[in-house]
Amino acid sequence: MRAFSYERPASIEAAAQAAAGMDGAKFIAGGTNLLDLMKLEIERPTHLIDVNRLGLDRIEATPEGGLRIGALVRNTDLAADERVRRDYALLSRALLAGASGQLRNRATTAGNLLQRTRCPYFYDTNQPCNKRLPGSGCSALAGFSRPLAVVGVSDACIASHPSDMAVAMRALDAVVETVRADGTTRSIPIADLHRLPGDTPHIEHVLEQGELITAVILPKPAGGKQIYRKVRDRASYAFALVAVGAVVQPDGTGRVAIGGIAPKPWRKEAADAELPNGAKAAAAKLLEGARPTDDNAFKLTLVERALSAVLSEARG
Amino acid sequence: MQSPGAIEISRRDLLAASAATVTVVSAHSLSHAQTKATTESQSTKVTFKVNGESRELRLDNRTSLLDALREHLHLTGTKKGCDHGQCGACTVLIDGRRANACLTLAVMHEGDSITTLEGLGQPENLHPMQAAFVKHDGFQCGYCTPGQICSSVAMLEEIRANIPSHVTRDLTAPAEITSDEIRERMSGNICRCGAYSNIVEAITEVAGRKA
Repeated sequence: MRAFSYERPASIEAAAQAAAGMDGAKFIAGGTNLLDLMKLEIERPTHLIDVNRLGLDRIEATPEGGLRIGALVRNTDLAADERVRRDYALLSRALLAGASGQLRNRATTAGNLLQRTRCPYFYDTNQPCNKRLPGSGCSALAGFSRPLAVVGVSDACIASHPSDMAVAMRALDAVVETVRADGTTRSIPIADLHRLPGDTPHIEHVLEQGELITAVILPKPAGGKQIYRKVRDRASYAFALVAVGAVVQPDGTGRVAIGGIAPKPWRKEAADAELPNGAKAAAAKLLEGARPTDDNAFKLTLVERALSAVLSEARG
Repeated sequence: MQSPGAIEISRRDLLAASAATVTVVSAHSLSHAQTKATTESQSTKVTFKVNGESRELRLDNRTSLLDALREHLHLTGTKKGCDHGQCGACTVLIDGRRANACLTLAVMHEGDSITTLEGLGQPENLHPMQAAFVKHDGFQCGYCTPGQICSSVAMLEEIRANIPSHVTRDLTAPAEITSDEIRERMSGNICRCGAYSNIVEAITEVAGRKA
């Protein structure tokens, strides 16, 4: 691990200012992904800003009837919150499907959204990777690509986004609140938070240097049946090959987001519109323009089948 | 980046813990630093409680909580397995909640209370979970065992606190202690000897239910 300096700022504003003035600075919250990557020297911050004690760990009701989830709320606490279990079961289910008890106790809401891909070539510093070392090439395209993305990919990168929680947040139309170094705030719909790789796969989100996520806002409860179905290589503690997060209303309408198949949680309005017509029609819209490899083409079938299982469960 | 060989050497040197070695490591790190960083700014003083006793350390910022416990406080009950949060051998309790000590920096724990296996029980005064692991043969080589025991003690508290799991059927009902729940909730602790069924039996006995 490279050496770095460390500070624990006293306020949110001070944290954003400290980070804005230094290119090598990074925020650290749970650290479960960042420290892993720092040990491998894939992440090499020169300065860490500890945001753990800034009072961002509360879940509050919003005047609109939704929830304001502090950026530092731990995954365990978010999944266990009574309001989330009752009104946003999809979010509880997605969180509980991810990682381990130990990791969920540390991992935070904002950190979960910004965690980086588990593409094996991103992790293997002996291999070219455009995300880790821009311009070096993509080893995954002709390599072991079974866990990787089939839609939203580019010639430069086929890494998949690993988060379960983000899939639920996408289906629930969450909005990310941030503060910048100059004190200004902004609200970013989760659909717009992550960027597709294009020819700059190392740029994964729209946040500026020093911009700190302070909360994630959930709109008022969506109702319906909320189901998260995760397909993976073992029953627990594994990343998704395909995950379906869906909210299905009694009349068959609803919304669906997919994990494990794209560089960001994947949702298409056209697919939502097709939900009443069944999994095949909706999956076709979700997978439009897919560019699978030989290794991960099975995901195209798996998306349709997992969605079919979810819709059938929703019909009860 | 460092070659695997260099990492190996520094780990061995750290075990030796000679002042000279520390100086060499710092100088090497400095050559990589991009900013104003100095030896002073790359270390931080931290005070936390370990097994009820207040400990004050000045640590290189890079020191994981795991290395602080093992190399600086010589509490070697907590084990280093993968050092990447995948195996659970380093599980400790931070303010009563289980966590991977390898994936958190010691300097982030100012004022926190850490409990390691040594704090749960001692050879002459075993924690009920330790006694149950012995009784049910819940280990073979024993390397994952401290993590398994810390994890299982905290896991039962999580069930009592009504924290749900992936296999909990009804999110609005109280969490139950079942074999399926125990297995799912312990999935962050790997046992390469495969003592899982005996581990579940030990935990089940302590939980007060039959598997």
